[in-house]
Amino acid sequence: MEAETTQSHTSSEHNPHLAHHFGSLTQQFDSGKLGMWLFLATEILLFGGLFCAYSVYRANHPEIFIYAHQYLSKFWGALNTCVLLFSSFTMAWGVRCAQLGRQRGLVVCLALTLLCGFVFLGVKYVEYKEKWQHGLLWGKYYSPVHHHDDSHEAASGEGPAPQEGHPAVASAVAQSMTPTVVLTTDAGVVVERSKILPAPTGPGGLASLSAGRESHGDEPRNVQLFFSVYFLMTGLHGVHVIVGLACIGWILRRAVRGDFGPGYFTPVDLVGLYWHLVDLIWIYLFPLLYLIH
Amino acid sequence: MAHESTPHEQVGHVMSFRVLLAVWIALMFLTYVTVAATTFNLGEFNLMLAMGIATLKASLVLLFFMHLVYDRPFNAVIFICSLCFVMLFVILAMVDTAHYQNTLIPGYAPGMAPE
Repeated sequence: MEAETTQSHTSSEHNPHLAHHFGSLTQQFDSGKLGMWLFLATEILLFGGLFCAYSVYRANHPEIFIYAHQYLSKFWGALNTCVLLFSSFTMAWGVRCAQLGRQRGLVVCLALTLLCGFVFLGVKYVEYKEKWQHGLLWGKYYSPVHHHDDSHEAASGEGPAPQEGHPAVASAVAQSMTPTVVLTTDAGVVVERSKILPAPTGPGGLASLSAGRESHGDEPRNVQLFFSVYFLMTGLHGVHVIVGLACIGWILRRAVRGDFGPGYFTPVDLVGLYWHLVDLIWIYLFPLLYLIH
Repeated sequence: MAHESTPHEQVGHVMSFRVLLAVWIALMFLTYVTVAATTFNLGEFNLMLAMGIATLKASLVLLFFMHLVYDRPFNAVIFICSLCFVMLFVILAMVDTAHYQNTLIPGYAPGMAPE
């Protein structure tokens, strides 16, 4: 008695998955997908701001990106790319299983996807921890630990550089108890510098203050810019991975309960779309951050 | 097939497993290529190559993993529009910064060639 005509009311009354305000399952499915694609468009715009910041910084300071990218491990980046691509594959496979009503396949695929997501976060943890230990952090927290005992230099050696600068800064530094004040002053000035209007003679005091960082071999100025961009972009992506994992976990629980089948798989499909978008962003982040030439 | 026994209409397109597997293998191969390409010094072309490969990979994911080939075209229109707006944003910002950033503070952006 199940009519082939999708518009018929008798058919919709017997279908528990069709909401009453939709004419047919196809209309309901397309509406859900349309909403998801609209959301994905806003996600692209969200990341677009960061990609814009990346482009502007890299165009202005290519030397920073070439210098700083050597601190990122190509191996970990490539491994994470492979892990995420595989998880996308299992997710797409899972959607197929749901559409065909293969209960076991769906659960296995979702579990594999979830596992890959956790592996990705694990690798990210290893990478972040390494950066943290070497002081390769964002903004004013950037204080790289160099291997030839710079720790003593940081405690006492940073002193001379500011004294070449503005007398007020030098006296402020001299009065300070701890060397960390030097770092904060330094970083604060670096942030301020971009606001300085063009002048016939540059603010020599401030310029020579930040030049104190140039003592470490061939390190360019303002390397912290790269790490700010790096942590913001991978961090926001990481947040999306965590949200994706929560959604996949929810879908997996429902799949185990047997909620999905050929007649109803929209949640699996939409979570899949979200997970693929996370993969999509990483496809661009990997070459932009790890493979700078 | 399972959907023959169900009384409900089949919605959405079911991707064949072979296509999914082929797309995944292509993605892994392209990842290898993009990593291998960094060992060659191609100058400006390195970035263009990396971005080209990334765009190819993203297209594969969009078209097949995300079913965009078989979807309603309007979904693709939405997505491509968002990409266009991001590109507009980035391009205008780049044009802007290229015009004055290196003249703002002498020596601030040494990587940018002075006009």
